[in-house]
Amino acid sequence: MNSTLHLVQQEVPLAWYLLLSAVLFCLGVVGFLIKRNLITVFMSIELMLNAVNLSFVTFAHQWHDVKGQIFVFFVMMVAAAEAAVGLAIIIAVFRARATLAVDRIDLMKL
Amino acid sequence: MNVNLHLWLIPLLPFAGFLFNGVLGRRLPKAIVTAVALLAPLASLGVVLNAVLASTSSAILPVTETCPLRWIDAGSLHVNFSFVLDQLSLVMLLVVTGVGFIIHVYSVGYMSHEDGYWRFFSYMNLFMFFMTVLVLAGNALLMFVGWEGVGLASYLLIGFYFQRQSAADAGKKAFIVNRIGDFGFLIGLFLLLANFGTLTFSEIAARLAANPGWTGGILTAIALCLLVGATGKSAQLPLYVWLPDAMEGPTPVSALIHAATMVTAGVYMIARTHFLFDRSPFALSVVAIVGAATALFAATIGLVQNDIKRVLAYSTISQLGYMFLACGVAAYSAAIFHLMTHAFFKALLFLAAGSVIHALGGEQDLRKMGGLRKHIPITFWTMTAAVFAIAGFFPFAGFFSKDAILYAAFLQGSGGKMLWFVGLVTALLTSFYMFRLWYLAFMGESRSRDVHPHESPWSMLGPLVILALLSVSGGWIGISRFGAYLAPSVGAREGEGGSFQLEVLLGILAVAVAAIGWFIADRFYRQRPESPAQLAASVPAGYKLLANKYYADEIYRATLVRPLLAISKFVLEWVVDVAILGGIAWLLAGIATFGGAILQRWQSGNLRSYAAWLALGAAALLLFVLFPHVWGASGIDIKLAGH
Repeated sequence: MNSTLHLVQQEVPLAWYLLLSAVLFCLGVVGFLIKRNLITVFMSIELMLNAVNLSFVTFAHQWHDVKGQIFVFFVMMVAAAEAAVGLAIIIAVFRARATLAVDRIDLMKL
Repeated sequence: MNVNLHLWLIPLLPFAGFLFNGVLGRRLPKAIVTAVALLAPLASLGVVLNAVLASTSSAILPVTETCPLRWIDAGSLHVNFSFVLDQLSLVMLLVVTGVGFIIHVYSVGYMSHEDGYWRFFSYMNLFMFFMTVLVLAGNALLMFVGWEGVGLASYLLIGFYFQRQSAADAGKKAFIVNRIGDFGFLIGLFLLLANFGTLTFSEIAARLAANPGWTGGILTAIALCLLVGATGKSAQLPLYVWLPDAMEGPTPVSALIHAATMVTAGVYMIARTHFLFDRSPFALSVVAIVGAATALFAATIGLVQNDIKRVLAYSTISQLGYMFLACGVAAYSAAIFHLMTHAFFKALLFLAAGSVIHALGGEQDLRKMGGLRKHIPITFWTMTAAVFAIAGFFPFAGFFSKDAILYAAFLQGSGGKMLWFVGLVTALLTSFYMFRLWYLAFMGESRSRDVHPHESPWSMLGPLVILALLSVSGGWIGISRFGAYLAPSVGAREGEGGSFQLEVLLGILAVAVAAIGWFIADRFYRQRPESPAQLAASVPAGYKLLANKYYADEIYRATLVRPLLAISKFVLEWVVDVAILGGIAWLLAGIATFGGAILQRWQSGNLRSYAAWLALGAAALLLFVLFPHVWGASGIDIKLAGH
């Protein structure tokens, strides 16, 4: 076992990482729910994704399993793609409707 | 001996005619429709005549032809498309295709100005198809197919002028009343199947022949069920009410279906299943009583009717009663003999009446006729032959067959004497009302205004002349030869104490009675034309009773139709349909609508509300998964912090 990592683990308990992850995730959720600007909502999604990434890394470290870190790469890759597509959609929406208020983009219903 | 008579062509040729005219007739010129419509029954007649020739040159009857394809093959039940040609079906086929073809020819002239010419002839060919299936059927189920089919053709043709409410109603009435009879027939079929395990006539007959002691009981039940079917189709009491109304159809239809062929199907069916009736004296006496009662009942109504076709309709019912009477005394060959001669003279009567109606431009009321003798002589003379035939004058056809029936009834013990007497009274009434019609239509002065009667075209007169010749000579074959010919099919009647002298005596008596009827009609309608009204005025109650046909329709309406309609309305429509079925449907629809209205609110289109539901769902899922661990028996503590 790597002694440096062991030292870090000693200094900051695992639960703290997880708590931080949970707090970040909840901030993302709340931001998603209460913010009206589409870009802010979009950023909230990124926040949630990264909160999850933090948990992945934490658990990977805890269980000495590299799979969690691999998952993080996947998530980052998807997030990057999503950012590209999402921002494009946002620009298209703004051009079409001249607004980014989420409450007014409500035509996608039956 | 093995000969191929191609019996299957007899029904299928008219069916091909029906399909051709029914599908293409609307777009084709009249000449082609006519040619197809006439050739189909003519070809059938040719096949029948070929069979007649083949069967007279050598004794080949009965011939059975079975379609190689099984029709029904379920468990122990096997039913084939099998046609049987024996003496009985051969005679019947001759009548059906022969008279049928003649009436087709007549219809060409009669219907030439009508709309729906092609429709008329396709229906007529359809009728010929089903009627020949009925006659040829080798088993009771195939016969039932023909039986229902002629009912359908009858319904279509009665309602031919369907724009007229009365015609449409008459069609429905005929169909519904026949349905009651058919119900009896069906139950009879089920009983046959349950007790014999087969519906093939020859097998049933063989089974009965193997058990000579088997009488009464279930056989009586089967025979009575079949009788119910026969009373419906052959317009006997109490199911006769549809036939007078069936006169709403075109006159050739009345002649072919409602006089000559279809209505005699009941008589044919009883003769065909005579081996069942022979084993049940009770059922036979019911048949005889129904027949005699109908004969007398319908004849009395016929006395006072003023519509020329209705007089003939009631006379048809009455004559069918004679045939039932003959069946009831087990004189099946006499019944078929009368069926044949009746087909000749009654078809002639209807066709001549049609010629009269045609001449007067649609007038059917006898009170507005008169004096037609000079204007339409050929119709007059052919009609005269038919009137003498039905009244039973020697040597016209009706004399021989009616005499055979009365003679057979007379020999049937003491009850038979009663039947004979009823038959004799009916003969008197028949003679009277037929000569009444004759005098009112043809004699005296014209009572119609500004109508110039014209003789019909030869396509109509030709059939009249042919049928007139048959009405005169159709009975000359004599019942003894006819009975001997039919004996292999319907069994021979043993002579029970009859003698030639007795037969001659009864014959003279019958002719005397017919002459009395003529004499009374002559007195009433030629010598003193005012006397019928005086007689009617002197017994107003009796006259009204007859003129209103014993109020039979009113009684049926009050006791059967109204209650049935009321039950249909209240129980079936309101309770079952509206309340139960409709209620369930409304309930289901209501749940769906209500649920939809609520669920619809979720689909707001608002992104954040979707997200909120998503988050709530995720939270709920998480709670569901973690609940036992968090608040449960402290299974896994979240002691991830250290170890």
